[in-house]
Amino acid sequence: MNWLKYSSPQAFYPLAGRMLPWFAGAAALFAAAGLYVGFFVAPTDFQQGESYRIIFVHVPASWMSMFIYLVMAGWAAFALAFNTRLSGMMATALAPTGALFAFLSLWTGALWGKPTWGTYWVWDARLTSELILFFLYLGFMALQAAIDDPRRADKAGAVLALVGVVNIPIIYFSVQWWNTLHQGASVSLTRSPTMAATMFAGMVLMVLAFWMYSIAVALARVRAIILERERRTDWVQELKEVAA
Amino acid sequence: MNWGSAAEFFAMGGYAAYVWGSFAVVALCLVVECLAVRARRKRALGELRRAGAAALEGRT
Repeated sequence: MNWLKYSSPQAFYPLAGRMLPWFAGAAALFAAAGLYVGFFVAPTDFQQGESYRIIFVHVPASWMSMFIYLVMAGWAAFALAFNTRLSGMMATALAPTGALFAFLSLWTGALWGKPTWGTYWVWDARLTSELILFFLYLGFMALQAAIDDPRRADKAGAVLALVGVVNIPIIYFSVQWWNTLHQGASVSLTRSPTMAATMFAGMVLMVLAFWMYSIAVALARVRAIILERERRTDWVQELKEVAA
Repeated sequence: MNWGSAAEFFAMGGYAAYVWGSFAVVALCLVVECLAVRARRKRALGELRRAGAAALEGRT
């Protein structure tokens, strides 16, 4: 299969349209399963009571906020290096979703912090670096919105996105590098998770749900961006949804 | 099963405001994002149709 063929907006637009319902459906299924396990199967935490259930949205949102940034910066780097149109559009399409997850990570973290730490917010390493991530997303979007020529907007945004990548390991390792109120990683590749199996299962299901959602919504947004940017091309004007 | 009754479920062991405050805002944000993307697509398609109609008129 010739993957390069799909690097053109014209070929990718219908492909994204075909993939979209599958990812959206998978997101709904994983979310339903994850919410069921999270609320009805996973037991009450012996220390935190029911407040720990915030983990089922907090951890997925936090992971996605970091992961989407890396993917966005990857596409941006690709656009910068090879001057490909679609990769720039992908980076642009991912930014709002990443910003949303960064906000949700902070929001759910604050609501979890209050009952467990006694405060909604502290200026510690993990929380502050996540806040910076949120601002990086907003900065990327504002910078792109401020430049009228989309190709130049892609390039300027790409530079900002790449510089900001330095923040991702800072967020990730902040709980090891500095004394922080935030707990260390409950999940790592090198040892088994430090939580009950059903809690872990619920969290994994929610992570998968957020992952599928992110892909679906990014595909939908990139399709809209393709329509906006390629509006003067014949193939867009001949689309049946345009002609109708 | 963790909950004896629906009321117990909604009370979340006294943490209702925190737990439901988290889940509700997450759900709300995701729904709003989906609606925003749909609106963006509709706007793009609407502009394309208007431009197409204007081009046709220009030709005749």
